[in-house]
Order: sequence, then structure tokens, then C-alpha cells
Amino acid sequence: MADRQLTFEIFRYNPLKPEVAPYMQTYKLAETTGMTIFVALNMIREEQDPSLMFDFVCRAAICGSCAMVINGRPRLACKTLTNTLPAKIKLFPLPVFKLVGDLAVDTGTWFRYLSEKTESWVHTSKVPDPKVQEERMDNAVANQIYEAERCIECGCCIAGCATANIRDEFLGAAGINRVARFMVDPRDERSPGEYFEIVGSEEGAFGCMGLMACDDNCPMELPLQMQLAFVRRKMAAYGLGYKEKKRIKP
Amino acid sequence: MSNYQTHITDMLIVGAGLAGERIAVEAASQGLNVIILSLVPPRRSHSTAAQGGMQASLGNCAMGEGDSTDVHFADTVKGSDWGCEQDVARAFVENAPLAVREMAVWGVPWSRVVAGKRTLPDGRELEEKKEKEGLITARDFGGTAKWRTCYTADGTGHTLQYTMDSMVVQMGITVHDRTEAISLIHDGDKCIGVVARCLRTGDLRVYIAKSTVMCTGGYGRLYSASTNAVINEGNGMFVALNTGVVPLGNMEAVQFHPTGMVPVWILITEGARGDGGYLLDKNLYRFMPDYEPKKKELASRDVVSRRMTQHIRKGHGVDSPYGPHLWLDIRHLGANHINTNLREIANIAKNFAGVDPVKDLIPVRPTQHYSMGGVRTNKDGHAYGLKGLFACGEAACWDLHGFNRLGGNSLAETITAGRIIGKKVTEYTLGATLSYSYEQVNNAVKEQENRVKALVNGWNGKEDVYNLRNEMEKSLMDYVGIFRNGPDLQKAVDNLREVYHRSLNIGLKSGGEGPSPELAQALRLPGMIRLALCISYGALTRTESRGSHAREDYPKRDDANWLKRTLAYWPEGADLPELKYEPVTITELPPGDRGYGESSAQPEGGGKKNG
Repeated sequence: MADRQLTFEIFRYNPLKPEVAPYMQTYKLAETTGMTIFVALNMIREEQDPSLMFDFVCRAAICGSCAMVINGRPRLACKTLTNTLPAKIKLFPLPVFKLVGDLAVDTGTWFRYLSEKTESWVHTSKVPDPKVQEERMDNAVANQIYEAERCIECGCCIAGCATANIRDEFLGAAGINRVARFMVDPRDERSPGEYFEIVGSEEGAFGCMGLMACDDNCPMELPLQMQLAFVRRKMAAYGLGYKEKKRIKP
Repeated sequence: MSNYQTHITDMLIVGAGLAGERIAVEAASQGLNVIILSLVPPRRSHSTAAQGGMQASLGNCAMGEGDSTDVHFADTVKGSDWGCEQDVARAFVENAPLAVREMAVWGVPWSRVVAGKRTLPDGRELEEKKEKEGLITARDFGGTAKWRTCYTADGTGHTLQYTMDSMVVQMGITVHDRTEAISLIHDGDKCIGVVARCLRTGDLRVYIAKSTVMCTGGYGRLYSASTNAVINEGNGMFVALNTGVVPLGNMEAVQFHPTGMVPVWILITEGARGDGGYLLDKNLYRFMPDYEPKKKELASRDVVSRRMTQHIRKGHGVDSPYGPHLWLDIRHLGANHINTNLREIANIAKNFAGVDPVKDLIPVRPTQHYSMGGVRTNKDGHAYGLKGLFACGEAACWDLHGFNRLGGNSLAETITAGRIIGKKVTEYTLGATLSYSYEQVNNAVKEQENRVKALVNGWNGKEDVYNLRNEMEKSLMDYVGIFRNGPDLQKAVDNLREVYHRSLNIGLKSGGEGPSPELAQALRLPGMIRLALCISYGALTRTESRGSHAREDYPKRDDANWLKRTLAYWPEGADLPELKYEPVTITELPPGDRGYGESSAQPEGGGKKNG
């Protein structure tokens, strides 16, 4: 891989300058050892084009800021090594999300809406009294909650989702996984009926067409297909009136 | 004619990491209107990157038995090398267990005690008791007498931040993300808010509030090799320093983490060593027991970082194109443990260095990690010098950490100090009134407008912002690192002064329209260089070694002359900070031996550059 000359074709558009139509701009860069898209984009900005817009925060695949479409697939730019790609690299911003400029999109507003819509907080009637010993929890349950909470809200599952691309209100895999996180949490007192109000619809668990690009694209390798099946089964059971026999909570 | 949006609120919080959001939750629960400004969506804050855990003396796990707030207090004070405020440390250790339990009710899936016997990697056997099963457990971290670091598998910061933000969402607290505070509005006596720049449109905005709280995190990115997120540029600190009346405390106290991964400097958490990982040299020899027979790899961070640097200087480092490094070995912990409890480490090693820690060694080197210094506040979080200005978390010098912070005490500080200071700011704000003059606000915006115009039009010159930034990073990296000495520090101060003057002549290469990243950097850089000068000039002046501040030419701690805190002010028109000093508050534990390593660790081959 040494001595490769990389050619980046990068989508350019500044919504504040609508008179300039979107276009692709080409940059050349000599590949270095261990180069990631993070390293490459910063080199381009510092040495060739200081106007280029893109987002990075942790650059360690923890924060979810830098998702973009890299050679046709939504991925985290920080953990994409250039030596895993051909010498020609095409970069587009994530679809679905509002464009801030060039490769930067507004995932923050979208995910805050998701949290509000799914009421992503522990619904409890308990008032914390930190002076008394904490309630016990089985470590396996804690791990199960954490598994679903590992989502970093990068938006790859949404950008790659056919339904999300055609239906604005669809919560996507991130939304359904979020609901699953609270369903397995014994501290959350919501009933199956209350969850049904949130995800028992075409915007939620029943909007999915089953293409499973979310599962393929998730950089955290979350079991999104399983989570979707889990939530769908619970919601279908409730919707069909099996609520007396079936219990949502484990 | 100025044309800008104005927002008025009770409390303005700058920074939506854990400290900022914890304060917001406290204020909102008392009925205050709060606006949080953040460079990024809250869940992308650097707080989420803290993998390891937070210290709180719950004492539930077998190795935590007999732990208490007193033991946590002693560890914290020793860790700080007696540089911390002991009344602050006392309040912190008393509140930390409460903060952990509160987060448990709010939704954090803390890892829990599993009853039964197990054998540790070093052969020790322990038994978790049945009566403790299901309570919040803890892991081992450096510099602690007990296992005290509460955690959620490998994502403690992530789960804390997501849970805290869920509270912010539930309470309907307003967050303006992609918004950067670029100056404080004040009259030399009282702070009434900030001028901010929208990072979506580039527009300037005004935020006016009864109280303003800086929770902007650290300044790691002043150094070229830092574990910190790219947004950690010390914004809150230089915005406060720029007022001329607010001092920064102990800026020379910079922590290097022993295990930044070469060459991307991503942090490998202390949990790796806490769980039994070893440090090896080029001969695959485990060298730490030779230097620190008692704590081995788990002495405090400053000690481990120095021992690693010493060992590299003796010629035992592994050569690489990125300079010599050492190895972190966790292979003996087994695939199961690595892929569950240390999964993030496994992923990071695979994704960014192409190594699988189940069978490979991880290349590591001490890397800039944490800023103990920051906006100097009293124990209520109120900044020195301006009424109505507060600071909390890494942005602040509260001062819990003194000259070295213990692993697990930073995450603990965010939510524990957030809890304590949140109550105090709320109290202040409830009793405060809002009055401001239109002229004062307008002048503050005008000043920033003029800065922007000068940069865009190149009125002051055509210096390149990225070149200057690289020169600043290099000066700190080469001359203000792990081991320091007079001549090197003088070089850093001289270089940085020159770079500072040049930074006043920056001109943009791009047009600077809208949310221009080049303009954002150009607006920040002079402030960042001021911080770099506070660090290096403070280090040059402090002629002793204490905690993370290790002078080769003054290797001993000097309590007679230096048991005091540095306060750095930036007078109008200056090109060096003005340094003052204040005594350290000692209420319980008089200065003594830390019990591991020595702050007097004499480097081998002194005089060489930092490796």
C-alpha cells in the first residue's frame, strides 16, 4: 500500500450559499502509514482547502460524530483506514439528516427528537434517596441493558435505511433499539400498552421493510435485527390482545 | 449596525458534558430557566470517552471491604501531592457515593457484584459475598488503597452521559448545540453572559443570564499527542482568562496518561492495568516491579508515566517511526475477559492499530491526558474575580486534584462537583437579579464582530492559523512534557511568545463564510496560545517537583517554598501571564510521603528531550 496517491472526491455544498449548486471536488493526497479518513480530511483542510466542513470529536469511534458515506456505505470516518479502500475514495454526507455543509450533518437535532418521541428515560415513580443503599440488580440484567445502550447515535443505521430515506417520521433501528433498552430495564415502570403507544406503529416497529442495512452498517455491531424482532414480537403480541398471557418484562 | 439574536435566561451553562448537564438538572429541578451551549450534541461530549469508571467508596466488592470516605480522602490528597484543597476533597468524597446511587436510580446500568470465588491474574483469590450480590461493584485503579472505581462494563462515561442527557431531555432543558461561547460579557465586576458564535450559520449571538457556568472541559489539544477529543481546546479557560480579572489555577499541572496508543494517541484505559495488565519493554521484560515493587503498574499516573519515560531513556523502548514506545500486555487476561470487560480496548486496538490484544501486544507511550488546572474557583464553584461566573469539571481548578489527579476521580468529579456546585449556583441564581446595559452588550458584540472582520479581510496580516497551531503544539510537546528543566521551559516560553505575537496577525485563506472551520480556529488560537504560555511560564517559575510537575533541575518537592497554588492572570496587552500565588488549604492531612514512587524520581540521562 505504500506510496499510493489517493484521490478524494468530496461532495461540496454550503446551504448558506445556495447560488453555488452542489458539486464534487477532487483532492490528491499521498497515503501515509495508518492513515484514516480522519487523518486525511484534516490534512486536506490544513494544507489544501481550509473551507472544507466535516465533523470529528473523539476520533476513536466512541462519540458517533463522523459518520459519512464512504465509497457508497455509511461508516465512521475515524475508524476507516485508507488502506482498506481503493485509491479513489468518494465521500458524501449522510442522507436523511439536515446538511450543515459539505460532509457535516445535523444528527443532534434528529436524535434529540428521537429521545423525546420514544421518551428515552427511565419512567419511575421512585424519588432518588441517595442516602440509602442502592437497589440490587442482577449483573446479567445490567449487562443486557448496557448492550442496548452501546448505540452511539452515529446515524449509520438511519442513513442506510430505505424506510427512513422515504418516510420522515420513521424512528429506524436506533429508535427501536432505544425502546428495547428501556423494555429490558426493570427500573422502567412502563406497561406494554405504553410502549405500544410509542412504537406500535408504522413510524416505529412496523415501518421496517426488513432490508436490514441497519444491521450491516452498525459500526458498534449492535444486534439490531434481533432488537427489531424482540420489539416487534412484544408489540404484535400486545396489539393482538395477548396482554393477559404475555408479559413484556422478563 | 449590529444585528444579532439575543437570548435571556436565568442560568447559562457553557458545555453539555457531564458536569454541565448535572448542574442543569439541579437548576431545572429548582424551577430555574436554563440554556446549555455546546460545541457538539451533548452525547458527543468528551465525557462519553471515559471508559474506566468513577471512584466512590461504596465498599461493596470484596477488595473494597473496609473502604470509607476517609480512605478515599487520603488517596486523593496523596495523589494530588498535597496540592489540592482539602475542604474540597472532603466534600467530594462524602458526596461521591450519593452521586453514584442517584445515577443508578436515573438509569445507569452499573456493573454489579456477582457472588462467588475467583482468581485474579496475579494468582490472588477472592470471594465476593452473597450478601453483597447485586450491589454496585468496583474495579482497581492506580493510586487507590481499595478497589473503588465503579463502572459500567467498558462504557462508564457513555452510560453516565446518556443517562444524564435523558434527564435533560425529560426535563425539557434547552440545549443549543453547535454553539461556541467566544467571549464573556462583563464589566470587570460581574459576568452577565456570553457572546457566542453559531457553528451552523456563523452568526454571532448574545446570551444574557444571572449566572454563567463554564463546563467546557480541558485543553488537551494544545499538545500534539493527546488522548483528548479534538474539541478539547480549553475554550472556557481562555474565554475566562481573556477578561483579565479571572485567574487560572495551577496551569503547569498537566497529566500524562501512561498508555496512549501509538501512533493515534487514543487512550487505553487504566482499567486494562487495573484488571491485571502488564507493561513490557523491548525485551518483553516486565519492568514496573523493579521501580515500584509495591504498586507496580498501579502506582499513580504521574509516577507510572515517569518510570516509563525513564525506562525508555535507558534504551529499553521499542523503536518505531513514531519514536520509542513500550508494550501493554493483557493477553493473559483471556479472550473472554478482554472481549467483555475490556471490549472497547480490544476494538480500539483492532481498528486503530491493527492488533488483537487477545494475542498481540499493544504499543503505548505516555500521552497528554488531563488538565488539573483551570478556572480558579472557590469551594462553591464561584470563579475568582467575577461575580456570577462559575466553573465546574475539568475546566475548573476547584481544586480537587492538585498536581496529579487519580484515575477515576475525573468522572467522579463531573457528577459529584456538578451536584455540589449545582446547588450553590442555583442558590446564587435564585437570589440574583438581572440588570445590564444595552451599550455594554453591544460593545461586547462589536468587539467580536471586528475580530471576525479583521480575520476575514486579513487586516492584521496573513499568518496561517494551522502553521501557528502546529508550532504551539510542538513547543509544548518538546519542552513542557513529562520531565521538565529550566533551559527547555525557557525555550518554550520564548517560542510561544513569538507565536503569540504572530497569532495576532492571522488572516484567513478561505472566505470565512458561514460556519467556517478556519474562522473558528482563528478565533480560538490566540486564547489557546495564552493557555500554553500559562502552562510553560508557570512550569518555568515553579522550581520544585510536585505530582505531575517533574523538574529535572529541581527534583524534590519543596513544601517550604512551594506548598502553594499558582494563579495566572492575563493583563490587557500583555504577552506573558502575571503569576500570583495563594496558600493551599490543609484541614486534615499534613504534607507527607505519598507511599508510592517519589515526586523526587530522578530521571536517568537527564537533560535529554522528553522521549
